[in-house]
Amino acid sequence: MSTGFKPTKTGVSIRLDAAEASVLRSLVGLVLGLVEPGTTGDDPLQRALGIGAAEVPSDPVLARLFPSAYEDDEAAGEFRRYTEATLREGKRADAITLIDTAAGGEVELTTEEAGAWMRALNDVRLMLGVRLEVTEEVHEEIARMSEEDPRYPAFVTYDWLTYLQDTLVRALW
Amino acid sequence: MGSTAPMKVERPAIDVRPDLPWLAIVWNDPVNLMSYVTYVFQSVFGFTREKAEKLMLDVHHKGRAVVSSGTREEMERDVQILHSYGLWATVQRDS
Repeated sequence: MSTGFKPTKTGVSIRLDAAEASVLRSLVGLVLGLVEPGTTGDDPLQRALGIGAAEVPSDPVLARLFPSAYEDDEAAGEFRRYTEATLREGKRADAITLIDTAAGGEVELTTEEAGAWMRALNDVRLMLGVRLEVTEEVHEEIARMSEEDPRYPAFVTYDWLTYLQDTLVRALW
Repeated sequence: MGSTAPMKVERPAIDVRPDLPWLAIVWNDPVNLMSYVTYVFQSVFGFTREKAEKLMLDVHHKGRAVVSSGTREEMERDVQILHSYGLWATVQRDS
């Protein structure tokens, strides 16, 4: 398994095998598929201005990626209308950076690319975290989990992403 | 506004204005890493590592922490940046 990220003079680097790079690209591809379509309004002017829907997304992953900023529904809806399209665009750009740069072998990233990887890894962990309903005891839960458990591969993948993200943050500090 | 992701909040380190009625709050969640949250507080708000760690621990142990205060527009901007990092953040009026 990969030994995680290391700092370099110009950013960070990580050694990935081809299978690891492929898993990363496909998981980030799932996030990309979720954030890409956008829920901008039907009005062409609103779409051009990036003004989107006010409703909380029905998919719990999207609701977590784009949380309500206010307790009050009306204020939350207004905030969402004016921010969600920009936030989706940012997450999309981060995902594409990771997909374009993740490959088997030594991956060298600039500080800017590393920032995109850090956020993209976080988005993938949020997606899996919501789907797997992880708690703060997820690490202990995996240690207790039977390898026969159908959820085991997904939990191990989540744990691996956690490790990658943590080494990336420490390499950037 | 272009990409929201790597922006910094440009504001004096010590805010002396007396009238800062709105707050940006970060809530605890089981996914975001302690190291990551600390890093985000440092890079978004320019906090020292010590201050960022203290706020992160407040979020972790108390379930939430106030990370900035100011006008409603400023807090919406902060919260939007925090959302770009995947943190669970909200705006509310100081009470």
